[in-house]
Amino acid sequence: MLHLKDISLGYKIPLRVAILVIVTASVLAPVLVYRSIGNLRDNMIANADSLGHLIADTLTEPILHDDVWRAFEIINIPFSIPQDQTRDQGAEYILVLDASNKVFVSTKPKRFPILSDPLTIEPNLSPVVNNPPDLHAPEPVIIDTRQLSSFYLATAIQSDGVRLGTLIVSYSKEPFEKRFYSLTKSAIMITLLVLAVLLPFGVYWARKMAAPLLQLSETMNRITPNLPELDDINLEETKDEIGQLAKSFRTMLGELKGKEQLQQQIIISDRLAAIGRLAAGVAHEINNPLGGMLNAISTYKRHGIQDTLTLKTLSILERGLQQIKETVAALLVETKTQTRSFDLNDVTDICTLVQSDVSEKQVKLTCNIDITKAQPVSSTLVRQIIINLLLNAIHATQSQGYVHLHIWCDSTDLCIEVSNDGSYIPKEKISYLFEPFTSLNQGGNGLGLWVIYQIVQQLGGVITVQSNHDDTRFTIQIPLQEPHE
Amino acid sequence: MPKLTKFLAILFILLSFTANASTDKQDLPLAPLRIGLTPVFLDDQAAFLNKWRDYLQHKLERPVIFVQRGSYREVVDLLRDGKLEFAWLCGYPYIRNKRQFHLVAVPLYQDEPVYHSYLIVPATDTKTTSLADLRGKVFAFSDPDSNSGYLYTAYLLAKQGAMPATYFSKSFYTWSHRKVVEAIAAGLAQGGSVDGYVWDTLSRTHPELTSRTRVVNESPKFGFPPIVSSRSVSKHDIASLQEVVTQMKYDKEGAYLLNEFNLNGFVPGNPHLFDSISDMYHFVEQMRTHAAP
Repeated sequence: MLHLKDISLGYKIPLRVAILVIVTASVLAPVLVYRSIGNLRDNMIANADSLGHLIADTLTEPILHDDVWRAFEIINIPFSIPQDQTRDQGAEYILVLDASNKVFVSTKPKRFPILSDPLTIEPNLSPVVNNPPDLHAPEPVIIDTRQLSSFYLATAIQSDGVRLGTLIVSYSKEPFEKRFYSLTKSAIMITLLVLAVLLPFGVYWARKMAAPLLQLSETMNRITPNLPELDDINLEETKDEIGQLAKSFRTMLGELKGKEQLQQQIIISDRLAAIGRLAAGVAHEINNPLGGMLNAISTYKRHGIQDTLTLKTLSILERGLQQIKETVAALLVETKTQTRSFDLNDVTDICTLVQSDVSEKQVKLTCNIDITKAQPVSSTLVRQIIINLLLNAIHATQSQGYVHLHIWCDSTDLCIEVSNDGSYIPKEKISYLFEPFTSLNQGGNGLGLWVIYQIVQQLGGVITVQSNHDDTRFTIQIPLQEPHE
Repeated sequence: MPKLTKFLAILFILLSFTANASTDKQDLPLAPLRIGLTPVFLDDQAAFLNKWRDYLQHKLERPVIFVQRGSYREVVDLLRDGKLEFAWLCGYPYIRNKRQFHLVAVPLYQDEPVYHSYLIVPATDTKTTSLADLRGKVFAFSDPDSNSGYLYTAYLLAKQGAMPATYFSKSFYTWSHRKVVEAIAAGLAQGGSVDGYVWDTLSRTHPELTSRTRVVNESPKFGFPPIVSSRSVSKHDIASLQEVVTQMKYDKEGAYLLNEFNLNGFVPGNPHLFDSISDMYHFVEQMRTHAAP
């Protein structure tokens, strides 16, 4: 069961606007019609009243002189105006009664012959005939009931306070009703027209109003399971409440995103730290017997039986153990060595050292060194980092690709950046990049980046990796040591 | 004519001797001729009356003023008081003021200086055949001083020993023959007395009006409403007007005007033409004085 409350705002707001427009229009139209009809009626009565008084005053003399024809001419004046000018609001007929309430004259003499009794012809007139209008009352008597098809306006004709007769003006309700119907019809037409214009506009407007809310809601739904990229969020940041909401939402999302990244980093560093501890532990445990074994082999080779087979076997053992030692040594990154500061000579050395690999792969190596003097960081370790990075970059890049080394200093750190046009590292792989034996290329033991990571970690530095399809960039920041150390 | 000659002579002298004299003495125009009109004909056509006035001015060589009033009596009074020189009246006021008025000309209607009075009823009334059928009804007269529009009917009633005021339930005056026709057509009155010439002329120009009425009775012939002058008018002026109106039919403009009048011309006329009206008047007067207590 779908409740009205559950309907989307995208429909609810336009629906409400539409209902509002329709209700307004349908309330306004009858009110306007009612008012127009009221005005029409008031105007008509006012006109009839002034006409009645005018005619009644003019009739005084003809009635005093018993001049029927003059009276007939006077009461016919309103009817001599062309019909279209009276706009259907003219009187139906005018009736003049004498003091004894007999017909003195009328504009319809055939219907109301002179001297006839008006009540036998038109019984509806009885209120006027039986209660003639007060001579001194300014207001005329109006007879209007729903049952009658006409309404009547009666005015006293008097001279010097003596009643001479009564003037009755009859108005048919038919033109009035026609007017009412035509007004109603035009009101309905106008209402429909207004609706036809306002409704689509209102709905469009309402939809437009609902749109940011819908967008916001849709974006919020996208938070789970993965936070969307900030660039993917397309919310209009206006200054109204919704705009502010969108802005806050974006801020919140940014913070969530940062938090998530931080969490990821913590997870990665925790993992790497655990691996490091494990590796170091294992390496130590291996190193001790390994040293003994190598010593034993060396002693035996110097002092034992020198037959060819034994020597050959011992050599194989020695080489194997040596390899184990190297591997273990690689795992055990030792940074406690005291060395001199890193200077420009080290860069020259590094370039020389990697030269053979560069020429082999036909890679274009460019360096941009922005340091002029020795920097207070361990040259051995930095050299190791840079060599490892450069070798990695050279191996990862395409043949005839480029590798760029940039070294600079800011106030607290020595920054090393190595970029190449090497193959793209997918995002999910970056988190495992620095784990041992994670090799991206076929060659290599996958310890290069591990070693770099361990060194940077121990120096308190930061490694960031950025990779897209034509550029992969490793940036390392190593804090400069205090000069007195 | 002598006046005009004199005037021209004076003007000539003035112009010859004082070429740059001011204009205050040169204008001594003839006094305008004031002619009273009554609704014995269709006197409610201002444009046509202007044409006739221009014609008369041109022929008489002096200004003419037409004076119209609401009733015959007012015009008769003006004529008696010398405030009019001439008037076109009904035969009835003429015979009543025969001593003060002088007969100038009588129109020719259908080649005779006579006309009839019509008794008319609404066209919807197909039953009425005579005045007797209209007893107790509402009746319309044109003017109490009209022969065809009052006297003749009063005479017919007097012959029966009746009077309009009691014979009809109500009677009223419309002060014009044309309006009698309108009153009958509207159904305001059930019967009316009207000038036969006016009804005939209306039936020519306004058939939609007369077709709503029906002529029930035609009276015998009566002298046509004449043009009369007050006794104070000079014989010369009377002769001039008589000359002009009797000659109307001989010139183009006059003939056109006569056609508009629906008349054939004017003749000097004989006062005895109106004797029958005079007889009726005396009879009615006699009855009235007898009836009066």
